[in-house]
Amino acid sequence: MSSDTLGRSPGVRSPRRTSGKASGKLPVRQRVFGKHPLGALFSAPYLIFVLLVFAYPLIFAGYISVHDYFFSAPGAVVDRPFTGIENYVTALTDPRVLRSFLNVGIFLIINVPLTVVLSLVLATALNKVVRFRAFLRVSYYIPYVTASVAVVGVWLFLFNGNGLVSTLLGPLAPDPAWLINPYWAMPTIALFVTWKQLGFYILLYLAALQNVPNELYESASTDGAGAVRSFFSVTIPGVRSATVLVLLLATVTGANLFTEPYLLTGGGGPNGASASPVLIMYQQGIQQGKPGYAAAIGVVLVIFVLVIALLQYRYAGGRDDK
Amino acid sequence: MHRRTLMTATATVAVTIFALTACSGGGGNTSDALTSTGDITIWYSNNEQEVAWGKAMVEAWNADHPDEQIKGQEIPAGKSSEEVIGAAITAGTAPCLVFNTAPSAVGQFQKQGGLVDLTTFDDGASYIEERSGEAADQYSSPEGGYFQMPWKSNPVMIFYNKDMFAAAGLDPENPALSTYDDFLATSRTLVQSGAAPFAIHPAPTSEFFQAQFDFMPLYAAETGGTGLVEDGEATFADEEGVDVATFWKTIYDEGLAGKEQIQGDAFASGQSAMAIVGPWAVAVYGEDVNWGAVPVPTQDGTPAEETYTFSDAKNVGLYSACENQATAWEVLKFATSEEQDGQLLELTGQMPMRSDLPETFADYFEANPAYTTFGDQAGRTIEVPAGPNTVEMLQDFRDAYTKAVISGDGDLEDALNDAAEKVNALASEG
Repeated sequence: MSSDTLGRSPGVRSPRRTSGKASGKLPVRQRVFGKHPLGALFSAPYLIFVLLVFAYPLIFAGYISVHDYFFSAPGAVVDRPFTGIENYVTALTDPRVLRSFLNVGIFLIINVPLTVVLSLVLATALNKVVRFRAFLRVSYYIPYVTASVAVVGVWLFLFNGNGLVSTLLGPLAPDPAWLINPYWAMPTIALFVTWKQLGFYILLYLAALQNVPNELYESASTDGAGAVRSFFSVTIPGVRSATVLVLLLATVTGANLFTEPYLLTGGGGPNGASASPVLIMYQQGIQQGKPGYAAAIGVVLVIFVLVIALLQYRYAGGRDDK
Repeated sequence: MHRRTLMTATATVAVTIFALTACSGGGGNTSDALTSTGDITIWYSNNEQEVAWGKAMVEAWNADHPDEQIKGQEIPAGKSSEEVIGAAITAGTAPCLVFNTAPSAVGQFQKQGGLVDLTTFDDGASYIEERSGEAADQYSSPEGGYFQMPWKSNPVMIFYNKDMFAAAGLDPENPALSTYDDFLATSRTLVQSGAAPFAIHPAPTSEFFQAQFDFMPLYAAETGGTGLVEDGEATFADEEGVDVATFWKTIYDEGLAGKEQIQGDAFASGQSAMAIVGPWAVAVYGEDVNWGAVPVPTQDGTPAEETYTFSDAKNVGLYSACENQATAWEVLKFATSEEQDGQLLELTGQMPMRSDLPETFADYFEANPAYTTFGDQAGRTIEVPAGPNTVEMLQDFRDAYTKAVISGDGDLEDALNDAAEKVNALASEG
């Protein structure tokens, strides 16, 4: 038990509580703003930000998802009837929407493990590099800070039918080519995103690696462990919390996939084989003026991501007491 | 304590929602705005030639109207003009006039309450119908109003590279491109001779508007001017639609067109020997390509003077957020006057949507014979389906087309029938 717990144990009253409130209730000011009103003041900007940017849109999305909603001009008198779960039923029975969730599932299965493994291995290697360290770190980070729009052209050049990759593979290259192949379009996008975002996750791991005590490596070495054994027995457990963070971030980012299929495969082709839920939301909500339907897909996507994140948190050891 | 925090947070969210929702009141779409005069803002397209025309038009108006000045600017950058305009309507920040309003978006903008019915002006309907003639019909709303001023079109035709045709041993001055069989034979020669990697390369991507540059022009030509939806029913699942789709499927199956998107312009970069585009391309290709233009092909070869095609029109919308709509209407008439239309033609090569175009600007067409064909073709164009669900209809059609024609997956007739069913359902909603 901590001293804090002891101080709040039943029957032990603090001097402030006994000083003027026989009822034992806190003053109104404290009840609203807590023990330290200054803290409330400092946290207010962030609280307002969260309410405006996260809570309000989320609640509003829930609201419009159960209405036949559309955006209208200010002052325009329009009818937006309540439709209940109709948008959800339509979304969950629409083959395009279901396909998009399958697509993003395929994406996550490829992207997330690849991201974790590559970024950890590369971060470990970079952590040990003595020469050109800064150059190598920047090299991996550049794709992350470069706009997708800018690098998509390079990947189109690499992966089109006459591109470098197909030319090198010769008869082993798929036909039709990668990005217009219904089986290869999504894996190719997953590879692209993995490559593009690797720099960010490497940085996370590099930061985590600084917190792994050197003594552990020395002990392992003394016990006769080689580099590989040290990696599995010291590095991986040492960066566990970073791994959970990478898993969560990669999953959330992957589930929100939009730019890459939109640009690489011209709007989710071929035959919707690379359409993501967010791409469908964009088509329905922005292009086709059905934000209610798009919001229903969005709510389903949020639940989808929450379930996956929860499972990852539960089974990847996100809790410190493990 | 936790409960109280939750209650406080919920109350704050509720107040915030109420406050933000309350912000959406007001707007300029009042009867006062209809008769009000004063300064206005307009947006015009951001291509070089149209910017030049827009600036000159604004300058000409401002010189004579010190109390009703126009502030002209290029349409803000975004994924597409339609999305920028849609967002501006919702925010109540749309300008008075947008000289780049796509007909496919008009039904949606109307449903949003973002557009002014031009027939509410005394001379609204008469001015539009007098200027555009029968072509104006396809731009009226189902209720009979005009929520867009038909402005200019880019009748889609086949551009071909004369040098590549010559290299393939084909006659560059009289190319055999009028029937499907001729077109296919010419395409095979172009590719097999090595003169061009592809005979033609329409964008194979899945965006809803791409159907306007492959299926729709040929369907309009094959049917003598039938749109994708007529009298609330999808038309394209008929014999002519299957013929057109089969034609394109053959093109893709034989590798005469590419299935991959190309960065940049396939025709300008020499990736394809033909392109299916409108006269805007003349200014773009300029001297770089030795080009010729012919009407789109049909099964039996329709004479050029009878061939229909897709309009690729851009119109002008007068937006309800405008506070000085009377001035906006006068500016709209000024900008579509004979003088300004002549300027538009001169500077951009795009066709003002006037019923008497070839006669009105006879001097221009005489001096620029390359445009004569387009000027003549401008009188026989079809438009996208009307109504608030246009984009969804086109997307449904495109999805089916991409699957059955470009990817060659599944039965073509079934795909068209499925798409027609979806389009019919959407048409019945609108």
